[in-house]
Amino acid sequence: MTKQRKIAYLLNAVGVVVIFALLMALFAAGVFGTSTTYIQGICTTACYTVIMVASLNLVVGFMGEFSLGHAGFVSVGAYVSAIVSGALAGKGLSDLGLFLVAILAGGLAAGIMGVLVGIPALRLRGDYLAIVTMAFAEIIRVCFCNFSITGGGKTLSGILKLSTFPRAFWVMVVCVTFMYMFVRSKFGRTVQAIREDYIAASAAGINVTFYKVLTFAVSSFFAGIGGAIYAHYMTAMIPTNFNFNYSAELLSEVIIGGTGSLTGSIIGAVFLSALPEAMRQFATYRMLCYSVVLVLVMLFRPGGIFGRWEFSLTRVLGRLTHRRETAKKGA
Amino acid sequence: MTLSLFIQSLINGLNQGAIYALIALGYTMVYGIIRMINFAHGDFIMIGSYTLFYTIPLMVNAGMPAWLAVVAAVAVCAVLGILVETFAYRPVRKAGSMSALITALAMSIFLQNLAMVLFGAKPHNVQAIFSLPTITVGGVSLPLNVLLTIAIGVVIMLGMQIFVKGTKLGKAMRAVPQDKDASTLMGINVNRIITLTFCIGSSLAAVAALMYCATYPRVTTDMGSMMGMKAFIAAVLGGIGIIPGAMIGGILVGLIEIFVKLFAPGWYEAVTYGTLIVILLVKPSGILGKNTGEKV
Repeated sequence: MTKQRKIAYLLNAVGVVVIFALLMALFAAGVFGTSTTYIQGICTTACYTVIMVASLNLVVGFMGEFSLGHAGFVSVGAYVSAIVSGALAGKGLSDLGLFLVAILAGGLAAGIMGVLVGIPALRLRGDYLAIVTMAFAEIIRVCFCNFSITGGGKTLSGILKLSTFPRAFWVMVVCVTFMYMFVRSKFGRTVQAIREDYIAASAAGINVTFYKVLTFAVSSFFAGIGGAIYAHYMTAMIPTNFNFNYSAELLSEVIIGGTGSLTGSIIGAVFLSALPEAMRQFATYRMLCYSVVLVLVMLFRPGGIFGRWEFSLTRVLGRLTHRRETAKKGA
Repeated sequence: MTLSLFIQSLINGLNQGAIYALIALGYTMVYGIIRMINFAHGDFIMIGSYTLFYTIPLMVNAGMPAWLAVVAAVAVCAVLGILVETFAYRPVRKAGSMSALITALAMSIFLQNLAMVLFGAKPHNVQAIFSLPTITVGGVSLPLNVLLTIAIGVVIMLGMQIFVKGTKLGKAMRAVPQDKDASTLMGINVNRIITLTFCIGSSLAAVAALMYCATYPRVTTDMGSMMGMKAFIAAVLGGIGIIPGAMIGGILVGLIEIFVKLFAPGWYEAVTYGTLIVILLVKPSGILGKNTGEKV
């Protein structure tokens, strides 16, 4: 690891801690008055939405395939984690321990589901893959509607409220870091090569199916974690929450933010999940606006608002210092 | 299972299947010409049904038969189809299949939420469209309007087949997907043919809306998306882009749904989607489709 890399990681870590401290200080100082818990809830919502949207971007942006069934994996994570935390409650685990075990269980279950769905589905590409992922998500939903352990089509309530804002925030930070590392790793580069030209990639000796299934599994794993936080924040859910519309909503957030940009996904998810809460009276117009924005983005900026651009703190700082140096030279 | 129950289910399945087949026809024609899944197609049915809901009382008040309201529905849907094609799909047509798919998805969300804003989220009940008696033959009750629905479906599909195979316009519609540039050189206005295809597809959606409302007189804003998906499955099942395939696929999906509903009511959707997955994995080109290799 070069010295520059080390500094970059340190800087990013400091940046994240500063944001967290700032938010916590705002909450503690009671700037929002009576609506502090409400605002905290919105921030928690933003955290798990970021995880879901960023994980979907791994498939849509970096692998270049279309998934219309992300809500299916989210629901697997949500239900499995809810069942696990319900079974382990009162067995001597601390709240934090229980939370971590539950979200890991949710993530793993969704990841396994991702492998199971991915192996057959990823033989297809393009339109057909999109339809098959949607079909799988619908099948998962129908299953949850029929199993008695998941409430049998009725609301599953009484899930422990374990998702507090600090926990959700740090889980999000860890997840996004891992996703970023995945994208920049050998695996991520391979997947992007497949996106650019899968025939050339396979001619170069890449096992296309393996890498596609791997990416799909990683994406589903993080979707499951997002779902687990969702379940322990909402404390009650019904399978119809995770229908096609939810998948479409997540997908539109990915595309508006920018396919192939985790920065775009984070900013997109934060804004698109916080804005509707802030403007409650326009709630009915939310999806209407999404769809119009989606068409406009497709017409004028097909890559999404951020395209493939990634935010880099080191680059910003480097540019600032560079400018100062040139200014000195000029003077 | 007794024979009468079997025949009863068969007829219900054919009824359901005829509706799916008509919708699938719209998907197939659009996919056949521009290789795009028109996600908004299901929502055209929803718009058509709302048009029926509002125009049927007018028709009845004017002393005309209720089913004439379908003329208004066809007009509204055809105009809507042309508008969507011109303003949303045509600009992104060159940008690739991903952009087209996203735009189609966006149009579907748009129409659904527009309907939610305009008509409210509450379901509405449509007045009876056909007032035909139910006859009973050997323990099987046959509502005549169900038979009429099946008949309308069959007639329209035969008509479409003759139109596409036999007329000059139909020939143009088959030529455009084969080679756009060559079609232009042969004096075909490609854009006009695509718009015409959308127009026909959405008119068929309006007819399907009439048939659906005759059997299930309830309109909701999300009725289109689920039905659209089933019809899409039907189109893929039969071989997308092939008109007889849409008929076979539609009837199959309808029969599967009704018969699975008899034995496991909670699982019929899963079985339908499962069928789609199996078909796509085993023979992606569908029952009537031909396998075409991919050029490197």
